[in-house]
Amino acid sequence: MRIIITIALFLLSMLSMAQDLEMAEKMRSEGKIYVVVAVLTVILIGLLIYLINIDKKVGKLEKELKK
Amino acid sequence: MRNWWKALAIILLVYTVIAGFLIEVPKQVILYESIRNLYFHVPMWFTMILLFLLSTIQSVKNLSSGSIASDQKAIEYVNTGIIFGALGIITGSIWAKYTWGAWWTNDVKLNGSAITMLIYLAYIILRNSMDDEQKRARISAVYNIFAFVMLIVFIGILPRMTDSLHPGNGGNPGFNNYDLDNKMKLVFYPAVFGWILLGLWIASIRIRISKIKEQIES
Repeated sequence: MRIIITIALFLLSMLSMAQDLEMAEKMRSEGKIYVVVAVLTVILIGLLIYLINIDKKVGKLEKELKK
Repeated sequence: MRNWWKALAIILLVYTVIAGFLIEVPKQVILYESIRNLYFHVPMWFTMILLFLLSTIQSVKNLSSGSIASDQKAIEYVNTGIIFGALGIITGSIWAKYTWGAWWTNDVKLNGSAITMLIYLAYIILRNSMDDEQKRARISAVYNIFAFVMLIVFIGILPRMTDSLHPGNGGNPGFNNYDLDNKMKLVFYPAVFGWILLGLWIASIRIRISKIKEQIES
């Protein structure tokens, strides 16, 4: 009897595994992917602000040269 | 607003990072979540190719008019394009390790892009090796046009003629066929556009700096 239950459970678990591909759903359901998105957004915005600053500095130099 | 396209670049890139990680992607064995690399790895190459194309146009302009300003633009476009190419190779290498199983394979596209990078590095070295302004502009312009032809051969033509691990090359179906569904396109196209605008932005700053340098020297 026990063996039958074990086999049945095993088959059930196999079935559930075969049903869909395991991607990062667990991580996502725990919400941790948002941490990565937040970190990357901060890095990206930081670098872009840096680029804007460089752009402005070059603009200032251009103005000074025109004088 | 003269700088509207810079604001657009920022909006598109921030959107890419947020939507790129949160929007659902097709489930594929081997690739899994790494399919999201499409939003970051592929635009590096598109940006590089566009910058090199712009550089070639400037080189043609230089040859037809003898304009030194065109030569300066040509070198700065290449300088920026090289950065994007290097990022493309590094990100591709990481992606390859976890999907194809090796940091570097003898895939035609990999070797082709490596050769292309070397050809463009040679352009920078060649241009820096000459002092005479006119001569430097003309010789490097001729070489630069040759370099872009080689790029088309190594990245555009050869990978399509033999077997390649890359999608869309050598009998390997393109992403368009079944992997790149409509949801991915929602992120992929804005991503390509955003990264290209970023490349143009950086190149434009480099060109302005080189103009300032020239004014100071003269």
